[in-house]
Amino acid sequence: MLTAILTGFIFAIFLVFTGKIFKGKLSILTSLIPLGLFIYFAGFISRISEGEVITRSYQWIPSFNVNLDFKLDGLSLLFTLMITGIGFLVFAYTSNYLKGHKYLDRFYGYLSVFMAAMLGLVLSDNMISLFVFWELTSISSFFLIGFNNDSEPSRKSAMTALGITGIGGLLLLAAALLFDNMAGTYSISEMVSMGEAIRGNEYYVLGVLLIFGAAFTKSAQFPFHFWLPGAMKAPTPVSTYLHSATMVKAGIYLLMRFTPILGGENVWNTTLIVVGGITMLYSAVHTIFRKDLKGILAYSTISALGILVFLTGLGTEDAFIAAAVFIIVHALYKATLFLVTGIIDHQTHTRDATKLNGLNKVMWPVGIAGILGAISSAGIPPSIGFLGKELIYDATTRSEFIVIILIIAIVLTKIFLLHAGFVAGIKPFTGKLPEEFSKVKMPPLILWVPPVFLAVLGMVFGLAPFLIDAPIIRPVVSSLLGGEAGEVHLGLWHGFNMVFILSLITIGVGTLLYILVKPSVKLVNAAAKFDKLAPEYLLNKFNQGFLWVSSYWTRFFQNGYLRNYVSMITLFVVLLVGYVILGSTHFKIDYTALTKVTISEIIVTLVLIAGVFYTVFTRSRLAAVVAMGVIGWSICLIFVFYSAPDLAMTQFSIDTLTVILFVLVLYKLPRYLKLSDYKTRIRDGILSSIFGVLIAMVALEVLSYPANNEIGDFYAQNAYLQAHGKNVVNVILVDFRGADTMIEISVLSIAAIGVFGLMKLRLKMSDRKRYQDK
Amino acid sequence: MRNQIRTTIILKTASNYLLPVLLIFSIFILLRGHYLPGGGFVGGLIASIAFILHSFANGLEKTRELIGIHPGYIIPMGLAVSFLSGFMPVLLYDLPFMTGLWSHDAVPILGHIGSALFFDIGVYLVVNGVTLTIIFTISESA
Repeated sequence: MLTAILTGFIFAIFLVFTGKIFKGKLSILTSLIPLGLFIYFAGFISRISEGEVITRSYQWIPSFNVNLDFKLDGLSLLFTLMITGIGFLVFAYTSNYLKGHKYLDRFYGYLSVFMAAMLGLVLSDNMISLFVFWELTSISSFFLIGFNNDSEPSRKSAMTALGITGIGGLLLLAAALLFDNMAGTYSISEMVSMGEAIRGNEYYVLGVLLIFGAAFTKSAQFPFHFWLPGAMKAPTPVSTYLHSATMVKAGIYLLMRFTPILGGENVWNTTLIVVGGITMLYSAVHTIFRKDLKGILAYSTISALGILVFLTGLGTEDAFIAAAVFIIVHALYKATLFLVTGIIDHQTHTRDATKLNGLNKVMWPVGIAGILGAISSAGIPPSIGFLGKELIYDATTRSEFIVIILIIAIVLTKIFLLHAGFVAGIKPFTGKLPEEFSKVKMPPLILWVPPVFLAVLGMVFGLAPFLIDAPIIRPVVSSLLGGEAGEVHLGLWHGFNMVFILSLITIGVGTLLYILVKPSVKLVNAAAKFDKLAPEYLLNKFNQGFLWVSSYWTRFFQNGYLRNYVSMITLFVVLLVGYVILGSTHFKIDYTALTKVTISEIIVTLVLIAGVFYTVFTRSRLAAVVAMGVIGWSICLIFVFYSAPDLAMTQFSIDTLTVILFVLVLYKLPRYLKLSDYKTRIRDGILSSIFGVLIAMVALEVLSYPANNEIGDFYAQNAYLQAHGKNVVNVILVDFRGADTMIEISVLSIAAIGVFGLMKLRLKMSDRKRYQDK
Repeated sequence: MRNQIRTTIILKTASNYLLPVLLIFSIFILLRGHYLPGGGFVGGLIASIAFILHSFANGLEKTRELIGIHPGYIIPMGLAVSFLSGFMPVLLYDLPFMTGLWSHDAVPILGHIGSALFFDIGVYLVVNGVTLTIIFTISESA
């Protein structure tokens, strides 16, 4: 199973080396990879349908319980089949759609990484590996959405998508850590068996919210939905793949995966019903106000995702069956319509629904796919879409919540979705063919076969639901329930009942709506008026505010004046250390602890104090530097008095060199000397006095603690025995702590290279001018 | 330095004699380090002071000519010596990195010779190279 997941990654790496060679020519062969994986996973159908669960475990970081555990059950199987199956068609379709594109190999690389990440996501049984794959899908989709990297809107929407889904991923990581705390494991299967305990935990609600955050951002639920229409900037095969079968369904997958663990509580169900309900209705209505085919499809995808969240929220077995069927329904018809849209775009170079008419006459096979797709999306028999719709209505009418509102919401959603499906799938192919499209050519075989295949498959499943009900749907429901599901029998005819009436209403009103309301510029403009209320607008405002704050922050702290940096650092240390010292120290001066002061010490100290005063009050830079040198040498003498000759020698040399360095730098500075005003001087004076006092206090505080001489004794005793040296300081430097010294001299070298680079950096005149302009 | 015209003849003459004396002194400090105050770090600093003094008296160009190579090249040489001295035990005797190796018989003046001494020589070179690189670079652009 690990090999199956890794195949995509390995292939992407393989492309890095060979992409240039077999560019374009053999790209159709790449589709063999998802096809092979599809066959591999399809081989498990019979075993899974018998209730078997296949697991594999690979150790990764066992000490942290982080392992690559994989589990193939009904839910995972459904997703793997969708990912690889639709992946196969998309890979094949792309070989012609992007034929001759200069980054075709790169595209396939991103696509296969994405596919592999998606497979890993749905197969992971460990929350940490789930998170890793989850973020990999976000990252690879970032590259896919921003594939046309020379267009600014493309880059921008890729960033938005990454931002939104990335935040969701972090919430998922937080959820993983939290659940590890609650259940003591990262394994999802083990959590299922501990569902009761987790639901009773005091952090249960927080865990639910984190999972919601991850799922809602990934699956574009209101109010995080806006990244998805933007993601339509990607080439159409990407939209097909990401938005019909894979990426956006990851959130749904997560919710379903956690249903047996977290579900059944009010927080879970009500929130899902409300959020899903708002999303499905809001974006279904939105489709009316779009005229870009991909825009319409994007909003109808969001709506479909809303329906799935809504069904998960209902939480009954009927609802789970409906959800499982609807996942298949949606994947089939949405992929069909996206591929059809891609062909239209490819052949006519427009996706404007107001302009497209009568294309049936120039590319009838595409028309068949479009119309069948629209029928399935509308839920007209005998498509599988009809089945799905009936199941959804059935589950809704039998739910325990405020039924009438839910029914109105779902029926309205379905009506608008029917309209959207008709506009995307039927409108471009009916009516009179405009003059400008009369020369449009028939697309090549490889473009129109995949959508036709998917559309026909939708009809086949509708007519013969036994192909999927027991083998695929039932295991999915079992995994959602966390136990064995009852028998699942799907059929086209359910009898003349309430649900059937609702169906008739939906189809009737929807068709009427389609006849009356055609996409138009007027509607698009009408919707634009409300843009200021949209979450996207608010987020942009928030972003601007954030940028303003951060630039203000940067200008305040990083203003390029060394003196400000120094005072900031000093102030910070004073506040932090001062707080600790004042809070925990008793002040007491013990005069008896003073040792006798010798005359030489008094003299040195006086010289030192004089040096300090001279440094502070002199008006000449050179004099200040020299006075600093005097201070340094006085300190050297103190080292000598207290028998630290090594330190004294080093300090003496360093001080000498520092003075020389200062003189060299001063030599370069301009002659004039601008003194700071009184206010600044007083402020700096106070700050530095406090700092000095604080450091003195810290030094005294350190002295008052009993010294631990164990280490010192060890060194003193072993210096000669083990390192054959009598100078303990040197032995420590070159032997006991030699590795430290090694690193220190490396750091020194880096510093020298830094100085060399900085001083030798000579900008060219043109560059210099450019930087000055900024 | 630029203003070498103003340099006194006394300093110039003195520096010519001081340079070798200081260099020998720095090596002396380096070698005695293991038993008495001294070592590679201080030795390197003293050596670089010697060269800087020479450059003050005779001008930077003269000192550069005297050293022969750019001081920047001394740094990697020193690093290599230090690293190799630490790595020798691994290569020769399969001992952990930086295990001290010692000669059996004591050499006059130096005492026992061990890998630590070579490590210290590396430090000496690095410190010398770093200091001279920094000071030369800054004084050049001044």
